[in-house]
Amino acid sequence: MVEKRVVTGNYAAAYGALLSRVDLIAAYPITPQTFVVEHASEFVNNGMLDAEFMRVESEHSAMSACVSATAAGARTFTATASQGLALMHEVLFIAGSAHLPIVMPVINRTVAGPIGIWAEHNDTMPQRDTGWLQCYIESNQEVLDMIIQAYKICEDKRVLLPMMVNLDAFILSHTVEPVEFPDIEDVDKFLPKYKPEHARLWPEDPMIIGSFSPPEYIQEIRYQTDESMNNSRKVIEEVNSDFAKAFRRDYYGMIEEYQTDDADAILITLGTVTSTARPIVDEYRDAGKKVGLVKLRFFRPYPTELIRKIAEKTKAIGVYDRAVSFGSGGPSWIDARSALYGYNIPVINFLAGLGGRDVMASDVRLMFDRTLEAAKEGKAKKDVVWIGTRGVEP
Amino acid sequence: MKDLPDEELFTAGHTACPGCGCPIMVRAAMKIFGPNTVCYFPANCLLVFGATYPQDAFKVPYLHVLFENSAVCASGIKRGLKKLGKGDVNVVAFAGDGGTADIGIQALSGAAERNEDIIYICYDNEAYMNTGIQRSGSTPHGAWTTTTPVGKKIAGKELYKKDVPRIMIAHDVPYVATASIGHPADMLRKLEKARDLKGFRYLQIFAPCPTGWRFDTAKTVQLAKMAVDCGLWTLYEAEDGKVTINKKPKMTPVKDYVKLQGRFRHMTDEQIDSLQEWANKKWERDSAMVIE
Ligand SMILES: Cc1ncc(C[n+]2csc(CCOP(=O)(O)OP(=O)(O)O)c2C)c(N)n1
Ligand SMILES: [Mg+2]
Repeated sequence: MVEKRVVTGNYAAAYGALLSRVDLIAAYPITPQTFVVEHASEFVNNGMLDAEFMRVESEHSAMSACVSATAAGARTFTATASQGLALMHEVLFIAGSAHLPIVMPVINRTVAGPIGIWAEHNDTMPQRDTGWLQCYIESNQEVLDMIIQAYKICEDKRVLLPMMVNLDAFILSHTVEPVEFPDIEDVDKFLPKYKPEHARLWPEDPMIIGSFSPPEYIQEIRYQTDESMNNSRKVIEEVNSDFAKAFRRDYYGMIEEYQTDDADAILITLGTVTSTARPIVDEYRDAGKKVGLVKLRFFRPYPTELIRKIAEKTKAIGVYDRAVSFGSGGPSWIDARSALYGYNIPVINFLAGLGGRDVMASDVRLMFDRTLEAAKEGKAKKDVVWIGTRGVEP
Repeated sequence: MKDLPDEELFTAGHTACPGCGCPIMVRAAMKIFGPNTVCYFPANCLLVFGATYPQDAFKVPYLHVLFENSAVCASGIKRGLKKLGKGDVNVVAFAGDGGTADIGIQALSGAAERNEDIIYICYDNEAYMNTGIQRSGSTPHGAWTTTTPVGKKIAGKELYKKDVPRIMIAHDVPYVATASIGHPADMLRKLEKARDLKGFRYLQIFAPCPTGWRFDTAKTVQLAKMAVDCGLWTLYEAEDGKVTINKKPKMTPVKDYVKLQGRFRHMTDEQIDSLQEWANKKWERDSAMVIE
């Protein structure tokens, strides 16, 4: 029976692992992820989830355990944030290159320095090139649903890559929202048991994974990871539709569009800021200003073609980022500009909410105003706009 | 000598240096563990000489992930296999002394504390050999390495060898043993014992390296024996913490062992005395672990 409960994003993440019947969990606590590990521990200790639980001594080891157990043929789960993800960095590449479909919620938190615990995307965005899919989340329901979808996407033979499911610290991780919990039998039908063929360490059929490899072989391996990442775009859309059919919740795949069809200016957001921006679109529309919104759900793979289609129907694009590549603007904006090379429209970057500072409705209005202005002028006054920074004119 | 199966699970064709002590141990270990085994190799000489694609020398499945996480990777494999109903598989990590005593000690300690059901073998060649003979925590006092060069001010390694087996005994794991390729009967018996026990099993096996230690490649086994005779390497085992000394050292002069190796060639009498003193103390410490 479908059950509705009011839970935190962290609970939803842990429950997603339970519903996905993971074989093994390996994790190390870090604020604001701790509750994911605590809830998962309770599920296992209460017999609600039959999984091996490795309470390891670091995140480096948590990811190493997931990589190794997945290589052995198991479905694995971990969760982390910030410094923990930075510590995993070295191990992340192995999952991407060995095609190990690990799923990991990351509770987006500032990476020191200085040390802070609030929402920022400077933990996940620098992991861009490790071969992991990256999905950014807006609500606790979406957290739960995406953990389940993530296994289905990642274990698809056309993909076989790991995924980070990213949720903003505290804004989702510690905030309660009503969440619908699907029946585990229905989830079983949607997400069958993991049946590894390409990677497993079974003595009855010996396979080697990760051998020392000379240049004659590694370039093809890089190409295959690239191919898988490219293939995943289609699989994300398919799994989204299948999920919508089975559970009646549609997330529209790689991006979600809101009022984009006749928009003069479109803002691309990711994560929870999207919820702040949506009503402002209504407000502007009521005032006769034609603005639209794109929620960027996937940062890797980047929805290049979809963003081009967006550019074709508007006059200016603003891109919101909660992280910065120092001296070069926000990572999401850099990708948008790269996708839109040759498109003759202004693409502006808005940086706000760094270090977990609140992004206010007034900040988002400024983003729309600037983008509308650029639409009118045909060019932007400024490429990278820092909003709400003391001593800095936006 | 013991009867070992004819089948080679670690085959000919690997590319270890002539006289390398490591493959002697690996070949024997694979015969003891048998085909129902999965191996983990971190970055080290063994990975490069035994697990380079496509000339791999292993007939069992293996995994390489990184350098410092052997203990947790082996544990992850074992836990994964256990969940899939394949819990009877032996999972063995073969790490070097650098990957064990230094960068890998955190993961090693964690896995030991959790009493993960794996066999962890450290082959001790007393330096980072794969990267070109740099010092490790396991390098003995006085030894030349490329990062403890023989300079005008400082000659060789000033510090002393880190005692990892005793650190492992302090973890209260089911089995800790030291062994040497110079004492094959003792080594085989310990490998067998490790195979048949459950829980975390740690073996540190002394394996001379002619390339790094600068000695005649015919003398690998001889030097391994001499290290035990002079007390620089003690053979013992700890079952559930209960220590048995397997061979009492003759306490032959450390000098005889030192003078056969280029890595010690520069050592003054004073330095050799310091190393001798360390060997004497080591035997005192090791023998004191035995509770009558
Ligand atoms: C994180 C990391 N740091 C450094 C290295 C480089 N590295 C590879 S093997 C090695 C030395 C290994 O020494 P040891 O464990 O004693 O094995 P041996 O080479 O002597 O067989 C080093 C430093 C690495 N692969 N990964
Ligand atoms: Mg070594």
